Amino acid sequence: MGLISNGTTLLDAGALDSGVATGAMTLIKTLTASSDGTLSFVHGASSVVFDGTYKEYIFKCVNMHASSDNSQGQEFEFNVSIDSGSNYNVAKTTTTFRSGHNETDTTTQLSYVGSYDLANGTGFQGVTEGDGIDNDQCCSGTIHIYNPADTTFVKHYMSNFNAYRHNDFSANWYTAGYVNTTSAVNAIRFRFLGGNMDSGTIKMYGIK
Amino acid sequence: MAIISNAVTIADAGSFSVGLGAMTFIKELNTSGGAAANMTFHHGASSVVLDSTYPIYKFVFINMHPATNATFWTFQANSAGGADFNEQITSTTFRAVHTEAGSGQMDYIASTDQANGTAFQYIQSDGDIKTDNDSCISGELLIFNPSSTTFVKHFIAHSNHMVNNSQSSDNYISGYFNTTAALDEFQFKFASGNIESGTIKLYGIKDS
Repeated sequence: MGLISNGTTLLDAGALDSGVATGAMTLIKTLTASSDGTLSFVHGASSVVFDGTYKEYIFKCVNMHASSDNSQGQEFEFNVSIDSGSNYNVAKTTTTFRSGHNETDTTTQLSYVGSYDLANGTGFQGVTEGDGIDNDQCCSGTIHIYNPADTTFVKHYMSNFNAYRHNDFSANWYTAGYVNTTSAVNAIRFRFLGGNMDSGTIKMYGIK
Repeated sequence: MAIISNAVTIADAGSFSVGLGAMTFIKELNTSGGAAANMTFHHGASSVVLDSTYPIYKFVFINMHPATNATFWTFQANSAGGADFNEQITSTTFRAVHTEAGSGQMDYIASTDQANGTAFQYIQSDGDIKTDNDSCISGELLIFNPSSTTFVKHFIAHSNHMVNNSQSSDNYISGYFNTTAALDEFQFKFASGNIESGTIKLYGIKDS
């Protein structure tokens, strides 16, 4: 039975009517870290959709907090898979730049960071660097990935994060690039370069 | 008749009263029908909404692939009732690049900015797009309050593409249309040749 209001069908056959304008940004999955080494979104596993259903996917990483430090802080990073998560090692060519400003107002920065880009490298791509592990230190940001299921073109991505560095800087990181494969990308993994993710939330959205 | 649950009006007068998402999909243009010289979104035509309905509009362009080698992805606007895509633009462009061979840098690119120019605005900075089968550009363009008749209209674009000499280019283009006339039509095209393939999606962002 349909649900009709003022002559307009709103609900029918177990779904909203196609004429009803709904949000274009669909929450697919939320993963919450609790001393985890990695967080992975794999198409077809645990209700994750990561295929041609959407042409744009957005990952929002909120308050990612590392469990262990070294003298230079931690790097939050990601990699993708073309074999449903068996391997996270796809070639990427990327760029990285960042601005920074410390709490004592003695230093500002804006520079390209060549040590965190990749030239067809298959390693994990850093989206921050130097993250601190004080109780209130973390990083947050967003990654957009376009048309991962495409089998003709490379897959572009763009990310923007802000990190509270171990040396009490605010660092705004911009990384972007392309996954240099014509195979479909069907999984993505997040981690810190060293140690676990003590806490943090990653939300995955599909954009209609 | 209104639909009320627990004293909350869910639907009335032919529409839902509750929030169904702040980002509304409006229109998709693509090349499923073959290559196109341009893609144009005009308020009131083909179900396109580009007026005061939304304060922010977002275009997402995915895997835009040119038919002609070494060309640039561009856009312009037309004022309501205007004849041509030739609005005055003042804009800035900078980008980070990194070659697949490992050379990276970040620069302001003066050759693609405009100072009250009326040309199509490059959505990428220098570094023309390859026509290799796997090469393309993806990204997004935000337009703020295009229907205002008081203020200039700001735009912010962010894109990534594969440059002709096999490098990743992360582009930041922003500026304003220097007019107080309402803008109700936006056109995208390559600086030369057709759009061989690609998809552009238009969304409206609600303010409440």
